[in-house]
Amino acid sequence: MTSFLQIDLPAMLTGTLAALVCALIGNFLVLTRQSMLGDAMGHVVLPGIVIAFVLAGTTATWVMLAGAFAAALFSAMLVEFLRRIAGVEPSAALGSVFTAMFALGVLLLEQSGVARTSFDVHHILFGNIETAIWPAAAGLRSLFDTAALASLPPQLGRLAFGLAVVALVIVLLFKELRVVSFDPDFARTIGISPRMIGALIVALAALAAVISLSSVGVILLVAMMVCPPATARMLTDDLKTQVLLSLLFALASGVFGYAIAVLLPLAFGYEISFGAAGTIAVVAGLFQLAAMLFGPKRGIPRTV
Amino acid sequence: MNDLHSLVSILLLQAGYNTIVVMLGAAALGAATGIVGVFAMLRRRALVADAVAHATLPGVALGFIVAVSLGFSGRSLPFLMTGAALTAILAALAIQWITNRTRLTEDTAIASVLATFFALGIVMLTVIQTLKTGGQAGLDIYLLGATAGMLREEAITLAVFSLVVAIAVAAIFKELTLISFDADYARAHGFPVRLLDLAILALVLAVVVIGLRVVGLVLIVALLITPPAAARFWTNHTGRMTLISAMIGAASAYFGAAISAVSPDTPTGAVIVLVAFALLLFSVFFGSARGIVVRALGARQWRGAS
Repeated sequence: MTSFLQIDLPAMLTGTLAALVCALIGNFLVLTRQSMLGDAMGHVVLPGIVIAFVLAGTTATWVMLAGAFAAALFSAMLVEFLRRIAGVEPSAALGSVFTAMFALGVLLLEQSGVARTSFDVHHILFGNIETAIWPAAAGLRSLFDTAALASLPPQLGRLAFGLAVVALVIVLLFKELRVVSFDPDFARTIGISPRMIGALIVALAALAAVISLSSVGVILLVAMMVCPPATARMLTDDLKTQVLLSLLFALASGVFGYAIAVLLPLAFGYEISFGAAGTIAVVAGLFQLAAMLFGPKRGIPRTV
Repeated sequence: MNDLHSLVSILLLQAGYNTIVVMLGAAALGAATGIVGVFAMLRRRALVADAVAHATLPGVALGFIVAVSLGFSGRSLPFLMTGAALTAILAALAIQWITNRTRLTEDTAIASVLATFFALGIVMLTVIQTLKTGGQAGLDIYLLGATAGMLREEAITLAVFSLVVAIAVAAIFKELTLISFDADYARAHGFPVRLLDLAILALVLAVVVIGLRVVGLVLIVALLITPPAAARFWTNHTGRMTLISAMIGAASAYFGAAISAVSPDTPTGAVIVLVAFALLLFSVFFGSARGIVVRALGARQWRGAS
């Protein structure tokens, strides 16, 4: 039990919380046809995080957030410059900027020597949730011991905070988000600005991306922003049900994915373990495959 | 200073014979991606290319496992490239199926296929790393590319494949140009638009798989997007644009390979992509057809005449 609490619980919680926050905002990315935004976001913030770390010498949340937001803002300005002033085709502008930013991030990681200390290109790409540990845990009563709880890995607090912010905004602005997602023209006629709500969706996605990136890696973030919402969309027409289902699938992916990656091989006595972040993403993809094959909303493409 | 000196001597082809062959092989690859990228961009296949590139990872891992279990070296290029091509094709089919057969839109299809295939590849890599076969360290280079340690034979294979791609494009150049600008007109006149789109996709798949070794699967899509976008600023003529795009792609790969030859730690793919982006920015300002400077001068002349 103690080793489960010390090693498995924190890692499983990290993966699952990241899955939840990404899936939650992912619903609105999928509905507004911006599914690739998570992918672009995961790529462009990398140089910002590296530069912020090199300048400040710490992986504190606010330093990482500041660096990531600066990088995202810079990229957005660069894309706008290429599109509007230079006249580059929109998807080419986006594609060239996000690959260049990621390349810059990789190069900075390698050149600054950061690679061998705190981060690693592999951790950013693959995710490494297994490093989240809780050494203070000693049996079940630690779950109620505030001193022990205080030594939980810091990324758990970060992810829980992000989840709370995203959830709060979505609950407060649910009506606006729904009408903009399904019918932006109608939204305009009743005085809701699709531009403002669109910007809000992007900002929340950026928040989710930044806090997930450093703890679970790009791949889990991209998968969770699209797979659970897509799975849920194959099962229902109702947005509220879709959001709740997507959270359920994110939770299931996190728990089952971690169990398959780490606990299952152990139970069979194998020394190998699969990368947990990758396995969680694959499980989410398999849920989506099942929903696409057997869900009630397959067949002819429908719109709501 | 020393670095700069060795960079100049490498650029001028005064490095070892092996390095020269590798740089020329990379340049050939850059030219091929530049050519194919023009049509991928015009037919809006750039994001599909990104997904397909990421989807080669499980194939590379599979190729490694098959090669090792058959007693070959795990780094044997034919096995890895065959595996990569297989899963890339599977991913392309999956994107088609999701877009046509479910209510999910194309962007969701692309993003979910990219994420799931890439994640599967990563899981397979972590498994391979726990196997005790040796040689698995070599697989890392397929993520971000490397020219260090590349063999002459590999570079020559790259160059030959790239040449084949260039010839294939030249053979159907007129048809590709037509569907890129007016697919409806082409369809009305009996051109096989679907088949030609499939040909573009096949060419994209081909250059992605060929490019894995040098640029890596994470960033190869940049070589399909950035050179054509830069070439647009120099001409309005498709033929010339394709040629310029090929030159920009080749230059990016050549300089990128040279720079990473000087500092062996740097992932080649990242350097190549940054060189390509620098060339895009240069073209944006100084391109002779639509560059910002040229347009500003043109506007002044126009005002002066009136």
